[in-house]
Amino acid sequence: MDLKEQVLIMSGVDVRKCMACGKCSGACPSYNEMEYHPHQFVSMVKKGNIEPLMKSESVYKCLTCYACIERCPRGVEPAKLIEAIRLLAVRPQGSNHIKADDIPSLLDPELPQQAIVTAFRKYSK
Amino acid sequence: MTYSYYPGCTLKTKAKELDRTARLCAEKLGANLRELDNWQCCGGAYTASSDEIATKLSSVRALLEAESREEDIITLCSACHNVLKRVRNDLTNDANFAFKVNNYVKPEKPFEGKTRVIHFLEFLRDEVGFDNLREKVVNPFTGKKIAAYYGCLLLRPSGVMDMDDPENPKILEDFIRAIGGEPVMYPYRNECCGGYVALEDKSATVKKSEKIVASADGFGADIIITACPLCLYNLESAKGNSEVKYFTELLAHALGIKEA
Amino acid sequence: MQRIGVFVCHCGTNIAATVDVKAVAEALKYEPGVVVSTEYQYMCSEAGQELIKNAIKENALTGVVVCSCSPRMHEATFRKTVAAAGLNPYMLEIANIREQVSWIHKNIEEATEKAIILGRAAIAKVHLNAPLTAGESPVVKRALVIGGGIAGIQTALDIAEAGFEVDIVEKNPTIGGKMTQLDKTFPTLDCAACILTPKMVDCAQNDKIKIYSYSEVSEVKGFVGNFDVTIKRKARYVDENKCTGCGLCTEKCPQKKVPNEFNLGLDNRRAIYIPFAQAVPKIATIDADYCTMLKSGKCGVCSKVCTAGAIDYKQEDSFVNEKYGAIVVATGFNPIKLDKYDEFAYSQSADVITSLELERLMNAAGPNGGTLLRPSDKKHPHRIAFIQCVGSRCDDGKGKSYCSKICCMYTAKHAMLIREKYPDTEVYVFYIDVRTPGKNFDEFYRRAVEEYGVNYIKGMVGKVLPEPDGTLTVRASDLLNGTQLNLSCDLVVLAAAIEPDKSARPLATMLTASMDTNDFFTEAHPKLRPVESPTAGIFLSGACQGPKDIPETVSQASACAAKVIGLLAKNTLKGNPCVAHSDELLCNGCSSCEKVCPYGAISYSDKEFRINGKMVTRRVASVNPAVCQGCGACTVACPSGAMDLNGFSNSQIMAEVDAICKW
Repeated sequence: MDLKEQVLIMSGVDVRKCMACGKCSGACPSYNEMEYHPHQFVSMVKKGNIEPLMKSESVYKCLTCYACIERCPRGVEPAKLIEAIRLLAVRPQGSNHIKADDIPSLLDPELPQQAIVTAFRKYSK
Repeated sequence: MTYSYYPGCTLKTKAKELDRTARLCAEKLGANLRELDNWQCCGGAYTASSDEIATKLSSVRALLEAESREEDIITLCSACHNVLKRVRNDLTNDANFAFKVNNYVKPEKPFEGKTRVIHFLEFLRDEVGFDNLREKVVNPFTGKKIAAYYGCLLLRPSGVMDMDDPENPKILEDFIRAIGGEPVMYPYRNECCGGYVALEDKSATVKKSEKIVASADGFGADIIITACPLCLYNLESAKGNSEVKYFTELLAHALGIKEA
Repeated sequence: MQRIGVFVCHCGTNIAATVDVKAVAEALKYEPGVVVSTEYQYMCSEAGQELIKNAIKENALTGVVVCSCSPRMHEATFRKTVAAAGLNPYMLEIANIREQVSWIHKNIEEATEKAIILGRAAIAKVHLNAPLTAGESPVVKRALVIGGGIAGIQTALDIAEAGFEVDIVEKNPTIGGKMTQLDKTFPTLDCAACILTPKMVDCAQNDKIKIYSYSEVSEVKGFVGNFDVTIKRKARYVDENKCTGCGLCTEKCPQKKVPNEFNLGLDNRRAIYIPFAQAVPKIATIDADYCTMLKSGKCGVCSKVCTAGAIDYKQEDSFVNEKYGAIVVATGFNPIKLDKYDEFAYSQSADVITSLELERLMNAAGPNGGTLLRPSDKKHPHRIAFIQCVGSRCDDGKGKSYCSKICCMYTAKHAMLIREKYPDTEVYVFYIDVRTPGKNFDEFYRRAVEEYGVNYIKGMVGKVLPEPDGTLTVRASDLLNGTQLNLSCDLVVLAAAIEPDKSARPLATMLTASMDTNDFFTEAHPKLRPVESPTAGIFLSGACQGPKDIPETVSQASACAAKVIGLLAKNTLKGNPCVAHSDELLCNGCSSCEKVCPYGAISYSDKEFRINGKMVTRRVASVNPAVCQGCGACTVACPSGAMDLNGFSNSQIMAEVDAICKW
């Protein structure tokens, strides 16, 4: 199974429904921190151009806030594509974006546990 | 009325006030919150990938335990609520997922969908009723301008969360009116605070939260309320003029709960 | 025994590419009664029809089976063909091997097999066919137009021009429709009122046209050429014959806080009102929801000031019955509600408006006398953003799947008019695609860009954020520059999708006219019969059939009138002989058929029968063949098998089923 097919199955997204309106990227609160923007995830997946996305920091900048999903006029769900590509990037052994050893230096004593467990779930496998 | 209560990890540590005030309010309103015996952390985030099983099992176990008690689950933390409600949706609508999970967990009785996942706000709106709540208020927030902060997890994806209009919600505003306050309408109430990125890149979350707080302040808010410990942390980090509080803290005060 | 000819059509490659037509003709040759079986490239062509005629004469055929496209397409053609060769036209059967075979199958073997089976069924049916003769019914030479917008007005004027009487039923107090609310019209920028109001006056003055304003169709009976329609005249509490339209009552009425629908609620009107100065008919109407007199019995100011004595608080709804030969649907459109798209903050800010609201704000007769001011603070906006496709082209369960077609052009118009009148105002248009197919349309759009300096930005808006300082931040993609814009604006205009008027669905049920899933009326044929409904005698004019701009609406309205005139010009209509009939000896009087008949064609009466030598009175059904449309519902409902349908008898259908199952 090639990467594109894997992403499509994991995300359940039909990228062919996209009409390239850019509303997802117009809604994204992390737009300025991302190298590839939500609409580019959709069009690059459509082309099968997955590897640059896997390597990009963009997958760790998505907040999974679902604004793009909620507002897409075609029901495309870009955030689910980003989630699937992030999983492809962090699942192989040794590919974790954050390691337990990194935590102490990052930790703010007031930070709720919720942030740590969520970040681990998002960034590590 | 008795409910299974799922507090979640943060309410046992950094967000003890949310837990404590919610329990006191529930008691005052005549609801019995019975904490689930063997709850485990929800993981903080629902993983929307069709091949994910393990990350959803703690929610499955919570749902199974509540259903065996024949009770609905009440949640407080927006993240727990989002994860539990979406896993419940998978269990009832995705036969393949339910099959795999049942093979793994081997429950005595598979989940039938009788147990619902209710956020404490939904409990106030749908079970207590905001009109009834208004009558129980003894210390109303008269003249206080209160800005509701929903964030993303309570509302989206709207098809599954089904709590309110995702672009123009009103449950928190109705709550604010019920406790005698004046809701502040501002466009950032359903914009993300930056969430868990706070761990790795606090400047990014502060930037997002500053916009939210500035907007609420700009519309004259005295207090910002939220249901989510991480939202509260991020909004406080933005150091605006308004106080940031859990909605249950205000509720406890309004209901005249002395310990609050 | 019938002598049957079978004619298999290739339909070019439409059928022949998927069905082995030679094999079909060969296989059907050996069916009982078949004396000739052949195939041809285009059976509907003149040469193809000649082939059929010659075969009928040479082989003394008594029945014909054509294996071709759907009977909806060419049954009438081939009936004429066999009639020209001396056969009764109802001795023809069509086996549909295109829509039901070649277009839906890929495997040639399977398709061929199915085509042969359908051919056999048709042959089995022809064996039981009997010659049928159509009756004739007279045509009432008057048309009804439902809806008095530009579509209905144009159709009515054209029908009247041909010398036929035509009635317009309009649910609002005035005719004119949406076009009365528009300021200028693209692509020539002429004023909407200047070109519309003369037509409205023409309607009022034409002695062939009768306008039922503030009225609705409440019941439709009958059939093509002879519809029996009940029109509800809603009580307007003003005597139409006495009111002079002086407007004094509308100035003196003390109830001033009624949202003015003509200005889309942007200002208020009185409880008694004339929608606008050029209304036709120019008659006052009392809004019963707001009138103090009607609600509490205390007031009566309008009655006191009316010198004509036209006010009648006791007026009630009344009903008019009329007969019509043809009915035209011209119910038009409305912009959708925007409550499900509140990311654009329509319900959160007064300065987020729809395009139709902008028309009113720009109009000299609008709430600001034509000066463009923000609704919130009545200040002049210096930067305006237009957002396209709000609710159009959506597959999100909230909007419409179709393109609303008119928005690209009216937005270019708005942008241009604003830049023309207020050169200090910056205008941005956020678009997905700019769609301008139409005469001089793209040139018009390019003028907006090149001459008027309108900023077109390719990218959809993700959110509109009302700021504490009263501005609106428009957050959008700028796809060509690869950035996210946060543009501070004073006014945001939403191009809301359009949808059919809500009155269309119940009307379609009354008319038994079909609709699509979006509640647009369906045409008899999307290309070849675009202004007729599949239901005979029902015609379609304007946006009730699909989104249309004014030029297209007017063209279609005139085309519709031509079709109506063609019908009304006939003195009689040939009926459909395929109607139901009841075997009175079998009928048990149960009324099942009467209950299911959608056309009211069945009635019951007591009749005397001689049974075993005694006279017995029994209640039995009879069918009015002029009203029956041959739908067959009664034949299925009848428990005793008394009801049967000419041309589709129970025995014919069973013979078809047997032929298929025998295979």
